[in-house]
Amino acid sequence: MAALLEVTTADGRPLRVALDAARGRARLRAMALVAPLLIFIVITFVVPIGQVLFRSINNEGFAQTAPNLTAWFDANPTNVAPDETAYTALAADLELMRRNRTAGAAGTRINDVLPGSRSLFTSSARAAADFAAPFKDAVLAKDARWADPRVWHAMRTASNRYSLDYYIIAADRQRDADGRIVSVPPERRLYVGLFAKTLWQSAFITLLCLALAFPIAHLIATVRQSTANLLLILVLLPFWTSLLVRTSSWIVLLQGQGVVNNVLVAMGLIDTDHRLKLIYNNVGTIIVMTHVLLPFIVLPLYSVMRMINPAYVRAARSLGASSWTAFRRVYLPLTLPGVAAGSLLVFILAVGYYITPALVGGADGQLISNMIQYHLGASNWSLAAALAFILLAGVIVLYWIYDRLVGVDKLKLG
Amino acid sequence: MEATFATHGTLPPKAQGNTPRSHGCPDPAEYVVFDRVQKSYDGLSLVVKDLNLAVSKGEFLTMLGPSGSGKTTCLMMLAGFETATHGEIRLSGRDINLVPPHKRGIGMVFQSYALFPHMTVAENLSFPLEVRGIAKPQREAQIKHALDMVKMGAFADRRPAQLSGGQQQRIALARALVFDPALVLMDEPLGALDKHLREHMQLEIKSLHERIGITVVYVTHDQSEALTMSDRIAVFNDGRIQQLATPADLYERPQNSFVAQFIGANNSLRGLVEEVKGDRALVRLSNGELISATAVGVNAKGQETSVSIRPERVEFKPELMPAGAHTIDASVIDTVYMGDILHCRLKAAGNDNFIVKMRNTLGQTKLSPGERIRIGWHPEDARALDPI
Ligand SMILES: Nc1ncnc2c1ncn2[C@@H]1O[C@H](COP(=O)(O)OP(=O)(O)O)[C@@H](O)[C@H]1O
Ligand SMILES: [Mg+2]
Repeated sequence: MAALLEVTTADGRPLRVALDAARGRARLRAMALVAPLLIFIVITFVVPIGQVLFRSINNEGFAQTAPNLTAWFDANPTNVAPDETAYTALAADLELMRRNRTAGAAGTRINDVLPGSRSLFTSSARAAADFAAPFKDAVLAKDARWADPRVWHAMRTASNRYSLDYYIIAADRQRDADGRIVSVPPERRLYVGLFAKTLWQSAFITLLCLALAFPIAHLIATVRQSTANLLLILVLLPFWTSLLVRTSSWIVLLQGQGVVNNVLVAMGLIDTDHRLKLIYNNVGTIIVMTHVLLPFIVLPLYSVMRMINPAYVRAARSLGASSWTAFRRVYLPLTLPGVAAGSLLVFILAVGYYITPALVGGADGQLISNMIQYHLGASNWSLAAALAFILLAGVIVLYWIYDRLVGVDKLKLG
Repeated sequence: MEATFATHGTLPPKAQGNTPRSHGCPDPAEYVVFDRVQKSYDGLSLVVKDLNLAVSKGEFLTMLGPSGSGKTTCLMMLAGFETATHGEIRLSGRDINLVPPHKRGIGMVFQSYALFPHMTVAENLSFPLEVRGIAKPQREAQIKHALDMVKMGAFADRRPAQLSGGQQQRIALARALVFDPALVLMDEPLGALDKHLREHMQLEIKSLHERIGITVVYVTHDQSEALTMSDRIAVFNDGRIQQLATPADLYERPQNSFVAQFIGANNSLRGLVEEVKGDRALVRLSNGELISATAVGVNAKGQETSVSIRPERVEFKPELMPAGAHTIDASVIDTVYMGDILHCRLKAAGNDNFIVKMRNTLGQTKLSPGERIRIGWHPEDARALDPI
């Protein structure tokens, strides 16, 4: 049986070899065609994201501004209390910071994990030129806060090249005097709540979009082609104007003296002293984001609905189903790939949305992206990167759950 | 079946407007009635023009006509997916214009089958039973019965996409029958099948109909399908019924030129009526010959007419010519080989597409192009119809 006849081509080459050769050429050509995009994506997407990830755990800054302290931390394990040699190193580093004007940067780094400690660095550095041995007494005389073990913990972790400090901050945690990770006091908790709010608000916007998009997508999918084209253009019309202009026009509509309020007052539904607050808050964020993201769910829904043969619903009706039953048991299940794809798209876009909350969100309508942007603006790249990465990881986890529940292979985007 | 053949060729009496409708015991000859039904989609033109039709209980009635003649529209009005613009549709004596589709209890087989792709075969069949609130054991028995009826018992757990076209067709049929409707509509149900399978399914549907005694309204544009399966055929054209008759009547006694042309092959010769006497007409053909034909669509001298003669009734061998045959000159154009038969195209009496059929027998005469022959037919086989 081992001596099976090998099938050969007409000129005697083994068929398998000939097939591989033919396929290999086609594969090479295909690779050459996708290569430009592949390279582009690697350069503009994979590399920057990798860098951001790296930023979130990498902090060489403190080690460079405070080389003596870093050396002492390397030489002494965690449980060694700071002694005279430690304070000597501290005094030397403070003097370095004074000369290099880096006390602010070092202070900021420690301030991130231990709020209020920036001034400790800047004021002590200003006095660094006058420090003399014994340094421990000199430094403590300048500022007693240097005795706080939390400061030394913070400096020790900051002197490591890699640390998860920023993830600890992003989780609303901090290290206590013994170096244990504990929750920050309730009034300073910020990020976890904001993550949660971002997620539920995105889910709510997705539901609103779905509820609004389903009927219109159905309409577009069932009218004559020419009418459908017109309606599709109307759906896509928002994309023709700048996002900024669209968002601003919502301000015109929704503000206190805006069109909506004026109409309601004119109709006598509300009185002029109790105008609705529709913008510069969460309500505004939700309304405007629903509007901005609507086309992203209409299109996949429409493309799925257009392919549903109207005979299915007719068949269901002729088999005795009321119009509601026919919808629920036949039409709706057939639209699920579009519902799933559109919802996922809108949700993921909403989770990372930034401009709309920034413009119309006011104080309480901000989402996690606005916080990321704030930290980027404040040059706190590491925290911004940690927040961004947590967001990315969260979305990936949700996507995985979604795949488990719905099945990504069922998605149909167009 | 017998009852329908007994009414051979006659139309069921048209519903009279002033007859009180008895809801209790409707007339079985008027199970489904279209009464002066008109339909327009756009308010500008009528797709269905004055449709009057009565289908008797247990009958297999086919709507036959070219594409666009309004057959599907009629079926959709009966199923409840379109409303009649004017007129009344009655089912068992009850006006159903305002009854929604799911309350009509009519089974339907779609051309695309419309099997629900997200359900298995068994779930598809279970659907009409579930919406009727039938208990599970009863449902399972009915599903099994329906699947066995179409010989698909082994496929209950498959999805429609895993079935061949012919199998899907059977499932669609089983689904339309599983809830025991008294009336089943089929809109070109075999249109997507290849010829062999189509012919096989024609016979199966026909025998199913005879076995379970349901009423079937069947739509097709395929005249041979209509002839094979139907008790009666309504030939549609331009939104009107051109003729309603049994298959044999329709083929042998077409009432107008459209039906003669649409059903089977037909030779038509143009001419002027010289004289009409009783049911016979004398027609002067364009080449000057005078022939006798059955007067159908003509009644007075001077009318234009088109005389219809079936190719298989035309003879060209003198020894086989029927007694009393009328003969004319013809010249051979060409012969088309069709396997079982040969189509010989002739030029005769001004028609240069005059067909004669010859069986492909061993010693069959070979006719070569240009050859002059004499062809003839019995005057009974010529019908003077309306001019085309
Ligand atoms: N939903 C509709 N809207 C407008 N016109 C239609 C519609 N359905 C059918 N028609 C028109 O009505 C005519 C008859 O169509 P149809 O009943 O489908 O014919 P058939 O089934 O005999 O091919 C055609 O001219 C078709 O264009
Ligand atoms: Mg049709």
